[in-house]
Amino acid sequence: MPAGGGSVMDTVPRQRLLQGNEIGRRDRDRWLLRNVHITIGSGQRVGLVGPTGSGKTLLLRALALLDPLDEGEVRWKGTTVRGDAVPSFRCRCIYLHQRPVLWEGTVESNLRAVFRLSVNRSRNYDGARIAHWLETLGRDASFLAKPQRALSGGEQQITALLRAIQLEPEMLLLDEPTSALDPHSTRTVESLVQGWFDERPEDRALIWVTHDRRQAERVADRVLRMERGNVMEADDAGVP
Amino acid sequence: MPGYLELTYGQVALAALLIVVNAGISLLLQLKMEKVLAIAATRTIIQLLLVGLVLEWVFHWQRWYVVMAWACLMTGVAGVTAVRRNERRYRGIWFNTIVSVWASAWIITGFVLLAVLGDVQNWYRPQYAIPLLGMVLGNTLNGISVGLSTLMETLVVGRGEVETWLCLGATRWEAARRSVQHAVRTGMIPIVNSMMVVGIVSLPGMMTGQLVSGMSPIQAVKYQIVIMFMVASATALGTVGVVLLTFARLFNADHQFLADRIVASHPPS
Repeated sequence: MPAGGGSVMDTVPRQRLLQGNEIGRRDRDRWLLRNVHITIGSGQRVGLVGPTGSGKTLLLRALALLDPLDEGEVRWKGTTVRGDAVPSFRCRCIYLHQRPVLWEGTVESNLRAVFRLSVNRSRNYDGARIAHWLETLGRDASFLAKPQRALSGGEQQITALLRAIQLEPEMLLLDEPTSALDPHSTRTVESLVQGWFDERPEDRALIWVTHDRRQAERVADRVLRMERGNVMEADDAGVP
Repeated sequence: MPGYLELTYGQVALAALLIVVNAGISLLLQLKMEKVLAIAATRTIIQLLLVGLVLEWVFHWQRWYVVMAWACLMTGVAGVTAVRRNERRYRGIWFNTIVSVWASAWIITGFVLLAVLGDVQNWYRPQYAIPLLGMVLGNTLNGISVGLSTLMETLVVGRGEVETWLCLGATRWEAARRSVQHAVRTGMIPIVNSMMVVGIVSLPGMMTGQLVSGMSPIQAVKYQIVIMFMVASATALGTVGVVLLTFARLFNADHQFLADRIVASHPPS
């Protein structure tokens, strides 16, 4: 299979984690995404930038298999994901909404809830681990008792992130997670994601959608640019 | 001689004059409801007289196919009504709703005609088949349309929650289970409530009819108990049916929530 981008030789061959092949999404007769190819290897932190309406969210949702594809396929470690393989894929490769949705209850009940899913049945809620994460963020256990309604935007995003990374996903698809946050909360979210990645940097990967080029440079080591439903390496795109 | 007072058209006309109460209030308070009231009054009279004529004919013929044809028409109209009460639609809603109304009402009515009344030879006797089916349809209609609209409402409003579950590895059933439970429960609440107060607060229509026609109160009550359980079970079946069929339509085998399939419609007010 021919590799795109020509950057295969300069690094050790990485395992292909997530691959979108010929992805197409349309709204009736209008194609919103078409013939999009994207390959993310383990160890890669990818920033995805581009103007509003260029299809960034649509692509991320397509990669998480949240919407039915009109064309193409999504492969996880080389295997096409469909049918009953989808739920376990989704908890290996977690999509996080721009505006997080927390279920009714406290932070802790939100964190615990995901272990009731059949896909996570073999695992248990790890309070010590969560406490460790909270400590790195400078928060204590009282945060866990906060009701979901009382959380600030930043705290909601932190809760959503903790809820996801406690499942030890190999990949995160982050859809502008800090676009509504103040600079301080933005840094907290960035450091939490970085902390998750640094636990096993060879095995993990992420795509971080942002419209802030500087954030892209902070959180990613490869930047892709999206324009009118097409993805290209940002360096090749001649960005001003 | 029948055990009830036979009404003449003159007596009915006298009762119909009661509509002047509504008209008077409308005029007095300038509600501008005169036109609607006139239409409603006229429709009540014409529809019931027509149904009366048809039923006279159906009762006179006593043929299974005549009864079945009329029962099909009743069921079809009930199904259409259940859909039309919804503000949201999806492709397949007509089929799913009509099938649910049909299956639930006919299974339960069939059970009562054949097993409870035990009139296996003449199961189609219109005197029983038609009023029983009518009672079941009229009441299950509510549960089914309420269950259906609650499910769609919950899914549309709670789309973020459902998707969040899916994002964290939930199967389609795990993601939708709360919405499904809520919809079925909401659909069944009215019948459970009316079972609580039946006879005390409300005297049901069929029982009233039987009392007027001279049946002994104990017999009338026995029929009413049968009816209540018919309605309760048919409502449960129909609501679960329409909610599960809708779930299957809005979530696919790849565990995706097809929210775009739900579209708003403008129900006739």
